[in-house]
Amino acid sequence: MSIMVTHRTPNSTGFEAMIESDSDASVLLRERVLAAIADQTSVNIVGNGSKAFYGRPTQGEPLSVAEHRGIINYEPTELVITARCGTRLADIEAVLAEHGQMLAFEPPHFGSDATLGGAVATGLSGPRRPYAGAVRDVVLGTRLLNGHGEILKFGGEVIKNVAGFDVSRLMVGALGTLGVVLDISMKVLPQPEADITLIFAMTIDTALLQMNRWAGQNWPISAACFDGEAVRIRLSGAEKAIATAQIKLGGDMLPDDEAALFWADVREQRLVFFQGETTLWRLSLASATAQPNLPGAWFIDWGGALRWLKSDQPVETIFQAAQVLGGYACRFRSPLGGEFQPLSKSLWQLHRNIKLAFDPHGIFNVGRLYEGW
Amino acid sequence: MNHPEHPAEHIAHTVDKAVFLRQLSQFLKVENIVSAPEAMRPYDCDGMSAYRVLPWLVVLPETIEQAQAVLRLCHQHRVPVVARGAGTGLSGGALPVANGVLLSLAKFTRILAIDPDNRSARVQPGVRNLAVSEAAAPFGLYYAPDPSSQIACTIGGNVAENSGGVHCLKYGLTVHNLLALKLLTIEGELITLGGAGLDCAGYDLLAVLTGSEGLLGVIVEVTLKLLPLPETASILLAVFADIEQAGEAVTAIIGAGLIPAGLEMMDNLAIRAAEAFVHAGYPLEAAALVLCEMDGMAEQVAADLAKAQVILLTNGATEVRLAQNEAERKKFWAGRKSAFPAVGRLSPDYYCMDGTIPRRRLAEVLRGIAALSEEFGLAVANVFHAGDGNLHPLILYDANQTGELARAEAFGSQILQLCVAAGGTITGEHGVGMEKINQMCVQFSSAELCQFHALKAAFDPCGLLNPGKAIPSLPRCAEYGALHVHHGHTPHPELDRF
Repeated sequence: MSIMVTHRTPNSTGFEAMIESDSDASVLLRERVLAAIADQTSVNIVGNGSKAFYGRPTQGEPLSVAEHRGIINYEPTELVITARCGTRLADIEAVLAEHGQMLAFEPPHFGSDATLGGAVATGLSGPRRPYAGAVRDVVLGTRLLNGHGEILKFGGEVIKNVAGFDVSRLMVGALGTLGVVLDISMKVLPQPEADITLIFAMTIDTALLQMNRWAGQNWPISAACFDGEAVRIRLSGAEKAIATAQIKLGGDMLPDDEAALFWADVREQRLVFFQGETTLWRLSLASATAQPNLPGAWFIDWGGALRWLKSDQPVETIFQAAQVLGGYACRFRSPLGGEFQPLSKSLWQLHRNIKLAFDPHGIFNVGRLYEGW
Repeated sequence: MNHPEHPAEHIAHTVDKAVFLRQLSQFLKVENIVSAPEAMRPYDCDGMSAYRVLPWLVVLPETIEQAQAVLRLCHQHRVPVVARGAGTGLSGGALPVANGVLLSLAKFTRILAIDPDNRSARVQPGVRNLAVSEAAAPFGLYYAPDPSSQIACTIGGNVAENSGGVHCLKYGLTVHNLLALKLLTIEGELITLGGAGLDCAGYDLLAVLTGSEGLLGVIVEVTLKLLPLPETASILLAVFADIEQAGEAVTAIIGAGLIPAGLEMMDNLAIRAAEAFVHAGYPLEAAALVLCEMDGMAEQVAADLAKAQVILLTNGATEVRLAQNEAERKKFWAGRKSAFPAVGRLSPDYYCMDGTIPRRRLAEVLRGIAALSEEFGLAVANVFHAGDGNLHPLILYDANQTGELARAEAFGSQILQLCVAAGGTITGEHGVGMEKINQMCVQFSSAELCQFHALKAAFDPCGLLNPGKAIPSLPRCAEYGALHVHHGHTPHPELDRF
C-alpha cells in the first residue's frame, strides 16, 4: 500500500487535464503482464512503432501501449509535465507551446505518431542536448509496471528529489527491458525568446576546434553541427544577447524558416546525408576528439560529441575504434539490424543482475538491448 | 536523538578483529589503519552529529588497489563497509556501523586531469568540490553544483548524495554534471560507468549510482563536466510584507519564462538571524525576501533582470534592490549563505529539514509548518531554494532541555510528511541516510521498497555496503507504520508485527 498522494487539483492555467481520447490502460497492461508471467511468454512493448528500427530484434507478443495515453498533469509554473507513455510527442509539444514551453531535449520523432514512451525507452535526444540536457536529464519521475506485474512509483514531480535510488532515470534508454514505463514526469523549459542560425564554411579539423572553443565561452549556443563543409550554430535567448553574439561571432545568417527546417531535419534525419541504404553508425565521443580514422561519410552534431558515420566497415572495426577513444558506438540504422557496443564482462554481469531485479521471468523486450536477455 | 538502528538491518559476523587487522596490514600501511577507540572518535559521526557510532575499524587506503583489497577482504569475511568522504553529509549517510569497516576516501585527493578542450575534469573522490572550480578557473571553466559545504565536502560524497546547491534550477544537480565514474563493487571489481561522450552503452548506471548513498559500490574516480564561467552575474533583492506574495512572485518569474541561476527565499526569522550575523543590509521588518540571480552573457543578464524586476514589483514587492557591483552582490548572498550558522546563534541547537514541494503549494505548507511550530512549542526559520521547491525549515531547540530533542525530531518528521502529502519528497538534496529512513516508509510502498532492495542486491547481494541506510527494511516500516496509522489503515499490513 502506498500512502503517496497524487494531486489532481484543477489547474490554474486552464489546462484541461482530460480530453476525450485520453485513456488509462494500466490495469489492462498489468493483466497482460501477469498473463505473460503465468504463460511463461515474453512481450515486445510497442508504442506506435516509430523507433522499431532501433536496437536489436526482439521476439515476443506485441504489447501495445498506444492506448495508455493522455497528459495527466501540466503545471507551466512548476516547469513539469506528467503524461502517459502512449501520448504522442506532437500532442505534448503542442500543449507546451501554448504556454511558451518545450521539451528541451528536442526528441527525434522519426514518425508523426511517435510517443513519449518511445522517446524515454530509446533515450534519444536532438541537437539541443549538449546545451539543455538529454531526455535522462529531464525525467523526474515514472510509474513503472515491473516484471512481477506490480505498478510502482519512483521519483515525482519535483526537480530536487533524492529519496531512494533513481529508478526513473534507469528506465531511460533501457529499451523496455526492465518494464513498461506507464507514466513519465518531466522537467520542461521555456522556449527561447529568439533564435538565429549562423553558418561558417570550414574544414573538419577547424570545425571541431571552433565548436569546442565556442562551447567553452559564454555564447548562448543551443545547437552546433558540421556537415563536412560548414559549421552551423544556433543561438537562442534574448534578442539583444543574440544580436550581440551575431556581431561578435560573424558568419552568415540563415533565414529563419530555412534554419528551423534545417534543425528539424537534423533531428529527424531527413538531410540528404541520412538517406540511402548504407549502414548508419552513431558514435558518442568526447566533443573535441579528432576525427576517427574510419572510412565513410560523416555528419557531426552536438558540437562534436555525436558523430554519425555512414560506413560498410565491419562491426568489430567500429566498436574497436570507439572503445579506443573512450566513447561508444551503435549500429543505428542498418539492413543488418541494430547492435550496441559490447559491455565489459563485469559490466555485462551487472546488467544481467539488474535485468533480473526488475524482470525475473524475462518477459520484457528480450534481446532488444543485448543478446540473451 | 535516538539513533534508529533496526535489528532487521544488522549484518552479523564473528570475525576476529586481530586476525582481520593482520590481514589488512598485509597491504595497508600501519598508519592507514585506525583501531584504537580514541583515534576512531573523529569518525563516529558525519555532519548529522546527533547520531554517533564508533566503527569496528577505520581504514584509509591510498590507491585503488588497496581499496580493492579492503573490499575483497570485507566481502570474503562478510564484514559491512561504510564509505566516507569528508563527512559533511547532513543525514547520517556516513554514520559508521558498529561491527563494520569505515572506508575513508580521504587520501584520494588528486585532481588527475583538467581537459579544457572537452570541458571536463577527472578527479579522485576525496577532492573538495570547490577545489575543482579553482583548478578549472585558469581555463575559464568551473564545476556548477555548489552545495553550501563546498569548501569542505568532497566529490565522492557529492556523487553519493547527488548534491545540489543554490544553482540547481538552471545548472542541475550532480547527476546532470557527471560524465563517468570508476566504481569498486563489494567484490572488489573495478567498473567504469559512463564514458568520454555524453551517453554510453547499456543502462544509465551513472544515474543509478548518483545519490545511491554508498549502498551500491565505492566510487574511486569521477569525471565531471565543466562549464564556462559566466561572463556576468547580477542579483536582485526583493522585499515582501507577505510571504505568500513572495511565493507568488517566484512562481510568476518562472511562469514568465525566466530561469534564474539562483532563486532563493527567506522568512522573517531567517532574515533577522542572517542580518544580526553578517549585516547584509536585509530589511528586518520584511516578512520575506527573495534573491533572484541571473548569469551568462551581459546582454542576456540585463534583459532577464529587467523582466524579473517588473515581475517582482507587480507581484507585491515593496522594494527591489539591484546589486550595484560585485561587492554588493556578494553581500546580498552573504546573508543567505550564512543563514544556517546565523540561525544557530539564536538557539543552542537547530535541526535542518530538507523537504521538496511543488512550488505552488508553498503557502499551504508554510501555514502547516507554522501550525506545527505552535503545536510543538518550537520556533522555526524557513530558508527556501524557491526555484526548485527545496525547503529547509530550521527547527530551533535546546538539547539540554528535557524532551526538546525528541520534540524537534517529531516536529521534523511531521514537516516531511507534510511535504509528501503536498506531492513532494522527504529529501531534496541531503539524502535519506540514517536520519530519514523511517520517513521512507511514508513515501514508498512495500513493493517499491522491495524493488529498491532488488536493485541493491544486483550490486551487493550480501547487503554489506552501508547497511541500514537510505532504504528501510520492511520490518522497520511495519514497526514505524504501527506508530503512524493513516486514516485507520496500517501501512504494510502483510507483515508480522514484533
